Amino acid sequence: MAHKILRWKLPIALFCVLVAISLVGMGCGTQKVDTSKSVYKIGAVLSLSGPAAPLGQPEQNSLKMLESQMNAGSGVSGHKVQFIIEDDQSDPAKATVAITKLIKQEGVAAMIGSSSTGATLAMAPVAESSLTTQVCCAAGTAITKPVNKYIFRTPPTDSMAIDKVLGYLTGNLKVTKIAILHDANAYGTGGATELAARAPAKGITVTANESYGTSDTEMTPQLTKIQQTPAQALVVWGTNPGPATIAKNMQQLAMKIPFIGSNGIANKTFITLAGPAANGVVFPGGNMLIPSSIPAGTPWRNAVDKFTADYKAKYGKDADTFAAHGWDAGLILTDAMKTAGTNKAQIQTAVQATKGLVGIDGTYTYSATNHDGLNSGDLIMIKIENGAWTQIK
Amino acid sequence: MGDRKQVRLLWGAAALVAVVVGFTLIYKGSTGLQWILSGLTVGSIYALVAMGFSVIYSSTRVINFAQGEFTMLGGMLMFTLCTRGGLPLWLGFLLTVGIVTLLGAGFERAAIHPLKDQSVITVIIVTIGLAIFIRAVAKWIWGTDPVKVASFTGDKPLHFFGASIVPQSLWVFGLTLLAVVLVFAFFNRTLLGKGMRAAADNPDAASLVGVSASTSSLVAWAIAAAVGAAAGAVIAPINFAAYDAGAMLGLKGFSAAVLGGLGSAPGAVVGGLVLGVLEMITAGFAPSGYKDAVAFLILILVLLIRPQGLLGKPADVKV
Repeated sequence: MAHKILRWKLPIALFCVLVAISLVGMGCGTQKVDTSKSVYKIGAVLSLSGPAAPLGQPEQNSLKMLESQMNAGSGVSGHKVQFIIEDDQSDPAKATVAITKLIKQEGVAAMIGSSSTGATLAMAPVAESSLTTQVCCAAGTAITKPVNKYIFRTPPTDSMAIDKVLGYLTGNLKVTKIAILHDANAYGTGGATELAARAPAKGITVTANESYGTSDTEMTPQLTKIQQTPAQALVVWGTNPGPATIAKNMQQLAMKIPFIGSNGIANKTFITLAGPAANGVVFPGGNMLIPSSIPAGTPWRNAVDKFTADYKAKYGKDADTFAAHGWDAGLILTDAMKTAGTNKAQIQTAVQATKGLVGIDGTYTYSATNHDGLNSGDLIMIKIENGAWTQIK
Repeated sequence: MGDRKQVRLLWGAAALVAVVVGFTLIYKGSTGLQWILSGLTVGSIYALVAMGFSVIYSSTRVINFAQGEFTMLGGMLMFTLCTRGGLPLWLGFLLTVGIVTLLGAGFERAAIHPLKDQSVITVIIVTIGLAIFIRAVAKWIWGTDPVKVASFTGDKPLHFFGASIVPQSLWVFGLTLLAVVLVFAFFNRTLLGKGMRAAADNPDAASLVGVSASTSSLVAWAIAAAVGAAAGAVIAPINFAAYDAGAMLGLKGFSAAVLGGLGSAPGAVVGGLVLGVLEMITAGFAPSGYKDAVAFLILILVLLIRPQGLLGKPADVKV
């Protein structure tokens, strides 16, 4: 008998506690948000697990931070904001399922996502067919070229990063022969192909174009091949941990030519993994990584300072550029919804009309022919010295 | 009759590998030596993972697809105990191996033992589930970023004949050698080990002499977990430990085990080293993108000619 009662009582008691907690929670969070107004739902598909998880996790963090900050204030024109976040497990097929679920079942007004180019492109047809605006956090050139009416992006593109790298090779290093070593995945191959295609116009010859597998642990065969060419610098296009292995292997082989990385290593993880071998490595990255690179007192600098401080206080770690991409995606959509509400056609028009919106990555201006928002001026070249970042002028 | 043909085939394969290695050395000199040294390092990693597959297969006929996860756990625990916790390396290493061994035995009791009356295929599918489970828990504990574990004896490369190698590779070689000797001795020199091999072929007869299939499975899982964890702890400074590293390690280790002959510890080492060296030589000569394709092509060729793997025993052997 006693057992039977317990079996009933425990779940009911737990349920009551849960209801009580949620009621209290609701009571506290609604000081300025008008509870009689409808909640603005924005869907987000991010890579929270799988290989792209180091991108998706910080993006999720900053969306949650943006949500709580906005709802602690007046929300969007008094409407409470809710980001409904789904994990695509770094799998394009799962991204398609997730966006369909968010649009059909949750009835979201707009979409954010995904973290990687592959998943973003997989989501695009669903967004387009339901006339939903999709702001992505991925950098692949194919996303906005040609322009898709409903897709916008927050990060600097790979093309912008390549602009900066080519500028550094010709302007600072003044080299004419380079070798390329890239990850065999879509990001690495895309970057290497574009770099190799654009280098000759800048008077640069590519002496070797080699690749490695994402989870490879030895790159010495590729590096010894590069050693035998007259390359004066090595450009590595890939995300962690591959480039860290390459930096260590170069040290092992006593290779002295400069190591120029991609925006894929614009994070502290690279320095942790490569250790002393990271010193001297140069890569293109966002200004927000080195806030002092932004003139003090400008709205951009103030936004970056507040964002990095809030992020550190809330999550106990430094905000990286991926956190900035997620924040800016949320910012652009909520800004558009101030005037457009939840009308999908008006959200598309409003996002496309965004002009001079100060985010964390830079200042966003979209148009009917430009869905990239930023330009290569929103990137800087960064050098790792004694395990810390310094800006190269 | 068949035996002699098989032996000739084996010599042929050995000669072929020797020719490839010799050609690389003569044609490319110290660069070729560099590729081979890199191949031996990568190959030893494959060999250690392969040995775990072999131990469980030879005692229970189960292929444990969670083997790569033991290696992942080894690396992550070293990170927690030594890099974060500040324990001395030897203590961290022993604790890592101890903890993962207990986990391996625990998994066997919790997930494999209850299926003792099911077919081998069912158990293999459960090991895939187990791998996904371990990976999810590891992601929850350690997050998604790869982590760094310091090398045991520094990072200063050793140079010889124009090629170089990091000291950590020597630790990997040493552990591979130690592991294969211990595992081989256990299965061929101890009563329990011999009994376990017998239990795999005929559980009822083996239980008559005191080795039950249940004990055999438990001990095999514990040994496989120990070898896997030791491998993970030693290779972590080279390959960066990460929650999802187990999948690729498992795939390459399984290929090495099949290449060398499933169920044979020396076969696992031979398979691992051959796979690693051929991969690196291919990466050196051909466009590097082809290296995995060539490695797997060789695997398929070997299996077509010799389905039991290089050092494996034919499957249709009469007991």
